[in-house]
Formats: sequence, C-alpha cells, structure tokens
Amino acid sequence: MTTVLSIEKLSVDFELGTETVHAVRDVSLDLAEGETLAIVGESGSGKTATALSILQLNPVPPAVYRSGTIRFGAHDLLALPEARLRAIRGNDIAMIFQDPMTSLNPLKKVGRQIGETLQLHRDVSRRDTRSAVVEALAQAGVPRPDERAEQYPHELSGGLRQRAMIAMALVTRPKVLIADEPTTALDVTVQAQILELLVQLQDRHGMAIVLITHDLGVVADVADRIAVMRSGEIVEEQPCEPLFAAPQHEYTRSLLAATPRLAGASEGA
Amino acid sequence: MSERSRAMVRSAASKVLSALVVMFLAATVTFLLVRISGDPLSMLLPPDATAEQADELAATLGLDQPLVVQYADYLSGLIRFDLGDSLFYNQPVSQVIADRLPATALLAVSALFIALVIAVPAGIAAAMRRGRARDKGIMTLILLGQSTPAFWVGIVLILIFAVRLQVLPASGHGTLSHLILPAVTLAVYSVAVIARLLRSSLLDVLSSDYMRTATAKGFGPTHAVVSHGLRNASLPVITVVGLETGTLLGGAILTEQVFTWPGLGRLTIEAISNRDLPLVQGTVLLFAAIFVVINLIVDVTYSAIDPRVRLEK
Amino acid sequence: MAGISIAASQDAQTPTHTAWRALRQNRWGMVAVVFLAVMVLTAALAPLIAPHDPQAQNLLERLAPPSWAGDSDHLLGTDHLGRDVFSRLVFGSRISLLVGVSAAMLAGVIGAVVGLLAGYYGGRLDWILMRLADVQLAFPSILLALAVVAFLGSGLWIVIVVLGLTGWVSYARVVRSEVVSLKTRDFVTEARAIGVGNLTIIRRHLLPNVVAPLATIATLNVASAIVAESALSFLGLGVPTHIPTWGSMLADGQLYLGTSWWIAIFPGLALMLTSLAINITGDAIRDATDPKVYRR
Repeated sequence: MTTVLSIEKLSVDFELGTETVHAVRDVSLDLAEGETLAIVGESGSGKTATALSILQLNPVPPAVYRSGTIRFGAHDLLALPEARLRAIRGNDIAMIFQDPMTSLNPLKKVGRQIGETLQLHRDVSRRDTRSAVVEALAQAGVPRPDERAEQYPHELSGGLRQRAMIAMALVTRPKVLIADEPTTALDVTVQAQILELLVQLQDRHGMAIVLITHDLGVVADVADRIAVMRSGEIVEEQPCEPLFAAPQHEYTRSLLAATPRLAGASEGA
Repeated sequence: MSERSRAMVRSAASKVLSALVVMFLAATVTFLLVRISGDPLSMLLPPDATAEQADELAATLGLDQPLVVQYADYLSGLIRFDLGDSLFYNQPVSQVIADRLPATALLAVSALFIALVIAVPAGIAAAMRRGRARDKGIMTLILLGQSTPAFWVGIVLILIFAVRLQVLPASGHGTLSHLILPAVTLAVYSVAVIARLLRSSLLDVLSSDYMRTATAKGFGPTHAVVSHGLRNASLPVITVVGLETGTLLGGAILTEQVFTWPGLGRLTIEAISNRDLPLVQGTVLLFAAIFVVINLIVDVTYSAIDPRVRLEK
Repeated sequence: MAGISIAASQDAQTPTHTAWRALRQNRWGMVAVVFLAVMVLTAALAPLIAPHDPQAQNLLERLAPPSWAGDSDHLLGTDHLGRDVFSRLVFGSRISLLVGVSAAMLAGVIGAVVGLLAGYYGGRLDWILMRLADVQLAFPSILLALAVVAFLGSGLWIVIVVLGLTGWVSYARVVRSEVVSLKTRDFVTEARAIGVGNLTIIRRHLLPNVVAPLATIATLNVASAIVAESALSFLGLGVPTHIPTWGSMLADGQLYLGTSWWIAIFPGLALMLTSLAINITGDAIRDATDPKVYRR
C-alpha cells in the first residue's frame, strides 16, 4: 500500500508567556492510501496539535514548529510556501472539526459555505457548483439536500450540521480527511451514524482518514490502525484488532479499561 | 422561506410600534417640561402688561384651556406636523426647522462618512496586527480621540488651519472648504468609537472556529477576513453606529456653535437663549424623532444581516 | 447565617487589592493616577495655589501672553478682562471635579439600584426598568441636558442632577447582568433557603460582587460628566457665568483665538488631559478587575 501522508519526527512547542509547552514530541506516523488511522489520547496528549500541524492550522503566535517533516506527495508541508499550502488545504487534504455549530459561519447559508471550497480550488460555473453541493450533501446523508443547502447552520440539528461539515470537506474529493473529534459534540445515537458515514465515504472515494479522538470505543469499528498518544509522544501504535486484543503499553491498557464500549464493537466491523 | 419573511415583517412591525411609543413618550415629556418651566405667559409679556393683555395672549396661545385640552391639541397638532409658531421668528416652527435641517444633515452625513472612511481601515489594520506596533499606535490614537472633547478639537483646528495657516475658513457656510473643519471635528469622536469596536469585534471573529475552518478550506488571510470576518464583525458595529448617532447629534450642536454653522444645533441654542419655547419644543422633538428613526433603521438592518435574530419572537 | 456571609465575601475578590496590584504593573496607569491625584490636590488647595483672584479684572493687563512667551507676570497669560488664566484654570478644576464626581455618583446610585432591582426580582419589574433604560438611551444625553436646562434654567445643582439622570443606564445594565448571573449561584440559593430576606441578600451578598464593574463604569462616567459639564458651560447653559469653569473659558477664548490663543488652549488642554487620565485609569481598573480579560 502506498503511503499518502508521512509525519516524521515532528516536534511542536507552544510558547505561552514564560513557559514553553512541548505539545508534540518527536512524533512519527504514516498514513497509507485508503486507510483509517486513529490517534487516541486524553486532552493535552498532543493529538489535536499533531492533527492541526498537518495543515499548519495551529495558532501561530504561540505555536512553533521546531523540527520534523510532513511529507505529502513530493512535498514537505512544513516547508511549503503559504500559497502552495493553500492550494492543498481543502483540496487534497481536508479537515473537519469537533463542534460544527462554531466551525460553520452562522451568517452564511450552508450551501454557500460548501460551494466556496469548490470555487476556491476548481474553475466551476455557478450551476455546476450548485449541483455539486447538493450531491455532496446527499452523499453525506442529508435528506432533502436542495432545501438544506439554502438553510443556515442554526437551522440544522447537530447531526445534520456535522454531515454538512463532512459534505464541505468532501466536495473536492480530497485524498486525506482529518477528522478532529468529529463525534464528541454529538448525541450518542448520532455518533454511530456519523462514524458509519465516514466509513462509507471512505469506501466510496478511497480517501485516507486521520481520526482524532479521546474515546477508544469510537475507534474500534472504524480504524485500521491506532496510535495512542500521551504528553506529546506516541506510546503505542498497532493495527486495530491486535491493539484491543493485546495492548503492549500500560497506558493503553488503562485507557482500554476506562472505555465504555459502543454496542456491537466486540463483534467487529 | 415565507415563514422567515413573515417573522421578519412581524418583528419589524413591533419595532415600529416601540418607536412610536418612544416618540409619544418624548412628546409627552416635552409637553410637561414646558408647562413645568414656569408660566409661559410671564416670560412673554412685558412687565407692565395689563390683565386684559395677559388674558388676550393666553387666549391666542390657547393657554386658558384646561391642561388636558391643551395636551390633546398639542398631540393632534403633532400628527399634522404643526408645532406651533416660533415666538422669535414669527414663523411656524416647522418652517424654521425645515430651513435649518439640511445644513445639519449635511454636516452629520459628512462627519459619518469621514468617520467610516478612517475608522474601518484603522480597525481592520489594528486587529490584523494585534499587539504589534501598528496596533498599539492606532489604539493610542483611539484613546486620544475618545478623550478629547469635540469642541476643543474644533478650536484647535481653527487655530491651526484658519488662524495660523489661513487655508480654511473659521466659520460660516456655503462652500466645501467651509464644510471640512466642522465635519472633521464632528467625526473625531466617532472615529475612535467605531475603530475601537471594529477592532475588538474583528479580534473575536479572527479567533473563532469558523475562521479556522475557512483557513482549513484554503482561504488566504485577507480573503478569509473579507469573506467571513467582516460581515460577522460588523454586527456589533452597526448597533453602535445607531447609538453613535445620538452622540453625533449632540456633537453637532456643539460643533455648530464653534463654527457658527447655521443648522439645527445652533437653532436650538438660540431658541433656548431667546426663551422661544415652541421652537425649543420643536427642535427637541425633532432630534428625538431623528434618533428614533435611525435606531429603527439600525435594528431592522441588524436583523436583515443576522439570520439568527429573525426567527426570534 | 454568619457562615454564609463569610463565604460570600470570600467569593468576592477585593477589587482594591487586585486593582492596586495591576496598576503598579501598568506604567501609563500609574502616570494617569498620579496626574489625577495632583489635579484633586490642586482643586482642593485652589485658594492656596492660585496666584491671583480668578475673578479679579485688570483691564490694563488684558490679553497678556503667558509669562514664558511674553513678558507679563501671569504664568498662562490673562484673558480679555485681564483675569489670570492660571488661577481661573485652577478654580475651574474645582467645578469640573465637583460636577463630574457628583454626577457620576448620582448616576451610579440610581443605576445600581435599578440594576439590582431589575436583576434580582426579574419579571415584570425587570421588563419595565429595561424598557425605561432603552427609552433613556433613545435620547442623546446632551439633548436631554439641553432640554432640561432650557425649561428649568441652569445652575450648579441642576447640571449635576441632569448629568446624573442621563448617565445611569450603563451602570444599570452592567449591574443587572452581574446580578442575574450571581442570582443562581449557590450562596444565594442557600441564603434564600434559610429564609434570609431579599434586601439582606442584595445588601450583603450581591452588592460586594458588583462593586468592581461599577468602579470601572464610574471612572469612565466621571470623565464624560466632566466633558459634558464643560460642554454645557461652553454653550452658556451650565453653572452661573461668574464662576470660572473650563467650558466658559473656552467660549470666551474662542473669540480671541486670532490674537490670544492661550485663553482657549489651556482650559482645553486641561480638559483633554483630565479626560485622558481618567480614561486610562478606568481602562487599567477594568483590566485589573475584569476576569474575562485574563483569557487571551
């Protein structure tokens, strides 16, 4: 399997006034085409900082990218000039965030926000954009997508908002989707649906997914490989089943012990 | 879609209703104030007037009627835009006001225009470079602008441009060069307030999640601000512009005095000095009306921009 | 019950302590406070500091320039009636400070009461009071002041009362929102459960917590009251004209701008610096006591 994204020895610090926090320490991860890599850890483990580093979305006054490379295709993303990076963001690599209510602009219609991404990266007519938007919403499992496209974020339920975010990420058919805690802000019943959706879309489009979460239970049905992080370092990395069956590291074991399982997880995908 | 427009119409209607209520209260308060301010008759008559002359004047002015009747007359007159006659000018108050209104409108609009032209770029520039020298410099200027009384600014400007450099006139009205100094003077405070607010609301917006999403989609910083940031940041600014109008109106009164600008502000001061009560009543009411109308417009604009507000009861 | 009130006062961080600590770090804030202290002293000791009687006219020395610019022996020159500008400036500060502080205090009291009542009792009372606030805001304060002065005449106390009446709204709003958020806190519900009377709760538990935001608003309010008073005096509608005020000096001075700039410039400068110092102090107090500011 070809590696589509490769993080090598990444170290990121946050300079907060007098103290420096080593958020990401010497982290190396590979993501193969079409696979789902889950990065799991508690808050403060550095998982989100790592994910945000891929597209350099960490707020830059505190964040400093000390060392390491992030290979995507022929480029090192950390060394790319801003303009080239912008061409990749939202286009080849897309990202969805934890809280769709605050991550979507409350003053713009949902369809417009999805369409923008397309217009930024492709030369499409308005009409084609419109149909692509509706198609993306439909694929994301949004009923009556043509109506929903004309609505504002606050008019949609939490689950639908997250589906809209997913549609927004997908509309350009990215090779990699980074999902930062995509289900944490949602009801339990909706969580499973969203995860299922991600799996479906992955099968359909062959994109790789980096899934960030604090909840091992969420990850069981969905991940191909799991990396466990603590205090900025990767503590264990294994394919999914072996990790659950025989965790190597003590920390992983304690995480597993603390995790309530989603129904059906023990039965496998 | 029609549900939303129906909600919009309903909320607009209720706002218009509140505006009318406020105007009504303003009119009533003015009426009472005039009556409280002492017997209007004694101020209008020469000290040696006879009782018959007093009665005659009272009858002409309708002051011999019971209070309630006077109130009713007053209100019905208001609806017809009849504000009585000015004692000093011997013309209907509405006429006197109509003559002077354009000058004040011109001044206020020019000042607002100048204020926006300066404040918007300043606010954006400061927010984009938060904490750096540019931001600190702009914030200092804002602080100065907010603390400096407008009428002193006018005097200083006159000293510099009219007295020392002799390039602009110190007072009067008629040409563009007459307009510059008063408009700039009036604009100073508003520039400070608007710039400061735009800066802080833009800072809030810049650190929001949806701005991060925009960056994640591939927007460049300027594009993101223009496409997503400005509209969101302008919401609180729009409300403040409405409130600022009150300050602008008050400032216009002072500015007109400093520059001898023949507008409503000076008219009000003159009317007060001349004890021309019908005229004072008229100008006060007009200022109140202008303010209420502008606030109404601001309210409606706000709900047009922010879809979350529209659906509220 | 004593236990609960101790808990309540521990809950409220002493605003004076935090303010003092933060001010010491804020350089400009210290400068501003020192300036204000000097001003207050000057106003209090006016008769001792002013070299001349502010009302004394000396037509032989009218329109004399400041001593460092010309060769008069008046520090800041004289006006069109030969009165010493510096002395008038010093005595004028008394009026400004008196009116500014009194009006701010009056507005503060009214606003705090309204805010406390509206926030604590809520419901219909809240609605009425807040509508009143909106209506009040609908009138520019200068206009209100002018209207009242027009109908009721001018004078020191009228000016203070009017400025107090126009300034209460910002206090009320802030106090109300503080009270609303405090109302649901544990120490209040516990006190209520025990049966502590509403007024006692307001007085002992809510009031101390409200002092910090009130202080910030009060400071800024003093500045705007001072400027408003001088605006009224400038228009000839403030305190009686024989009392020297910065506003009336400005009005007089404007007529002689062509020849004797000092008559108008110095009172204006005094106004600007005072207002600036108060605004800086107010900002410093707010930065020191407002917990929200700590979150970057």
